[in-house]
Amino acid sequence: MSEHTAHGVHVASLRLLVGVMIALMIGTWLTVSVTHYDFGFLNIWIGLAIATTKAILVGLYFMHLRWDKPFNAFVFISAFAFLALFIGIALIDTQHYQDVLIPGWPVE
Amino acid sequence: MAAHHHEHGHDPSVAHHFESAEQQRQSTKLGMWVFLATEILFFGGLFVAYTVYRVNHPEVFVFGAYFLDTALGALNTVVLIFSSFTIAWAVRAAQLGQLRLLRWLIIATMACAFVFMGVKYVEYSAKWKHGLLWAGSYNPHLEHGDEPAAGHGEAEAPSSTTGAPEAGAPADPDRSTIAPAAEGPHGLAAPAVAADPHAMPVEPANARVFFSIYFMMTGLHGIHVLAGIAAMLWLLRCLGRGDFDGGRFTKVDMVALYWHVVDIIWIYLFLLLYLID
Repeated sequence: MSEHTAHGVHVASLRLLVGVMIALMIGTWLTVSVTHYDFGFLNIWIGLAIATTKAILVGLYFMHLRWDKPFNAFVFISAFAFLALFIGIALIDTQHYQDVLIPGWPVE
Repeated sequence: MAAHHHEHGHDPSVAHHFESAEQQRQSTKLGMWVFLATEILFFGGLFVAYTVYRVNHPEVFVFGAYFLDTALGALNTVVLIFSSFTIAWAVRAAQLGQLRLLRWLIIATMACAFVFMGVKYVEYSAKWKHGLLWAGSYNPHLEHGDEPAAGHGEAEAPSSTTGAPEAGAPADPDRSTIAPAAEGPHGLAAPAVAADPHAMPVEPANARVFFSIYFMMTGLHGIHVLAGIAAMLWLLRCLGRGDFDGGRFTKVDMVALYWHVVDIIWIYLFLLLYLID
């Protein structure tokens, strides 16, 4: 499945790269298809789950994180962790004063 | 540079402060990953703006997404994924010393980047034509006679409502001008368009916010695509002067990592901007 050069560098096989690309294309088709069904509030989470699966595939195989030093993955993933924190706290904050800003909030 | 002459057998492609080519490669790569982390945080601010606005004012996003062409967005997603594949293959070609193949793969990736920008041009010019622009430049003039019933934003409050508070009353500047659907004008519940599920939704107040966010996010991403094209031109120049001889592939690897991040960000932009139902 994978080869190494004389210097011990990992080389991804062409079959693997093509396979990942096909998986990403199927993921794109899936993301568009599920928008035709109404799962209520779940729609956005299904879409995000598919997008995140695609991003993980790109990271693991196209970006070689699977064979890389774990510290590189740690650096990259930490950016997403801090982004999640940023989004989460911003949402908690903004939802605490929506009832003051918008009459009738929250919409029941 | 003069120090090189004193060290016989020193690899000229390894800088002095590194023990070995491998250590240099790993250090370069770590630096690249730190840069990519800052890129995620760079876009992160815009994703925060997006999330806060969408959670609080979903109707603005449903309205705005109506004007985005899902087919063109999907086409660009496919083009970028394919270009991610060609640049990943280019890294493999560089590792194996297949320099002719490497040149073609870099050119193929660049071609995909140009196709992406071409499609973006088509999309942007359609928005431009209809005045669907950011902030103060938002001045929609749509064809087919299906003008939004609610007027053009906060200045013109809907007139068809009875008893409901005016969506656009500018009395208190600290008060949001966007009324939630439950108590807003009946237009937000869209009885007139209920007959045709594909009809344009009635324009909510502050619809311009969607287009501000749309242009900021896709614009910043587009600038990254242009930077990627420049990086690949640089790779071709490096290839021409023999930088990749002997299986040295770090530069190709770094540009590829950058390009994959541009791809990952677009995967999310496509979902979050185009696929709102």
